[in-house]
Amino acid sequence: MVEFALPKNSRVVAGKTWPKPKDAAKGRVKAFKIYRWDPDTSDNPRVDTYFIDLDQCGPMVLDAIIYIKNEIDPTLTFRRSCREGICGSCAMNIDGVNGLACTTGIDEIRGAVRIYPLPHMPVVKDLVPDLTHFYAQHASVKPWLETKTPAPEKEWRQSAEDRKELDGHYECILCACCSTSCPSYWWNGDRYLGPAALLQAHRWLVDSRDEATGERLDDLEDPFRLYRCHTIMNCANACPKGLNPAKAIAEIKKMMVERKL
Amino acid sequence: MADVNRGDRPLSPHLQVYRLPLTAVMSILHRITGTAMLVSIALVTWWLLAAASGDEATFKFADGFLSGYIGGFIMLCSLFGLCYHALNGVRHLLWDAGYGFELKSAAASNIVVLLGAVGLTALGWLAWIAI
Repeated sequence: MVEFALPKNSRVVAGKTWPKPKDAAKGRVKAFKIYRWDPDTSDNPRVDTYFIDLDQCGPMVLDAIIYIKNEIDPTLTFRRSCREGICGSCAMNIDGVNGLACTTGIDEIRGAVRIYPLPHMPVVKDLVPDLTHFYAQHASVKPWLETKTPAPEKEWRQSAEDRKELDGHYECILCACCSTSCPSYWWNGDRYLGPAALLQAHRWLVDSRDEATGERLDDLEDPFRLYRCHTIMNCANACPKGLNPAKAIAEIKKMMVERKL
Repeated sequence: MADVNRGDRPLSPHLQVYRLPLTAVMSILHRITGTAMLVSIALVTWWLLAAASGDEATFKFADGFLSGYIGGFIMLCSLFGLCYHALNGVRHLLWDAGYGFELKSAAASNIVVLLGAVGLTALGWLAWIAI
């Protein structure tokens, strides 16, 4: 359902402003405005403002929020793990665009750095969204090899050209930056699978070893699961790995047409 | 406890915070122009019906409104909407055929569609003045 405004309990109110660091060099203090919500209170979400001396902190947005947690406010909650763009844990909305905090440089952002959780998701705490439904949608496309012929003695083999078809798919780290950037997913995320799950659906559709292409297409032939994509292109714009879910979705739509010809 | 307050989780901000790329703005503009042209169709139909009715006063009123400032402005907007929606529709056809998905090509087709729509609107306007 299209609902432009946030529900009452989700409206963001003004939060606390923390003191500026003393004896920081001129022009080296950066403001961070960060979304906060504490499940232990009945308060609405708020935006707290922190100031960081950039000479005391690493270069990435993730360095900054770790600095805040270590040095200023230990209650700030976020997910992070690999700090090098391969785990996808620190996906969040930074300066109005979804991305990974660990691969976004603080110097890429002019003015205050505004950080929110991934958009249009239930918030567990602060910058941590509930991804249960997102993962369930990924599981629903059966992201594994489906075969009918008896398994070969060794591995399922694939030519170099066939393997190339998987490029642009297997690199996905399931960070959810694309799906939560998509207005179609915002309004119909309960039934529309979203760019991430559909990119993976396409990954198995084009796998030369997979033998369930027809069933996979049958599962996607649905006004909501696949066809809510209107080529808004936010997904490809947001993907921190430079992948193109919009193109993959268009390819699935093409396969739907071509199999009927 | 890890899962207190599970039922009352807030929804994170979306439109309120997202900096929509031009492709997204143009996508919503495609819908807006497509829907708004229903008004244009109604007005043009009204003008045609008035002309067909044979009643001079009725036609004069409709014709006067549509060539006046307010009606003229609505018609100019409709002309832009028609040009934009048609050109962007062609882009959608190319997309459906699998072309133009790279970020650079999408950025380029953004410009082509916008400039094309403005250009065609200007041409149509000039043609109307010339008549």
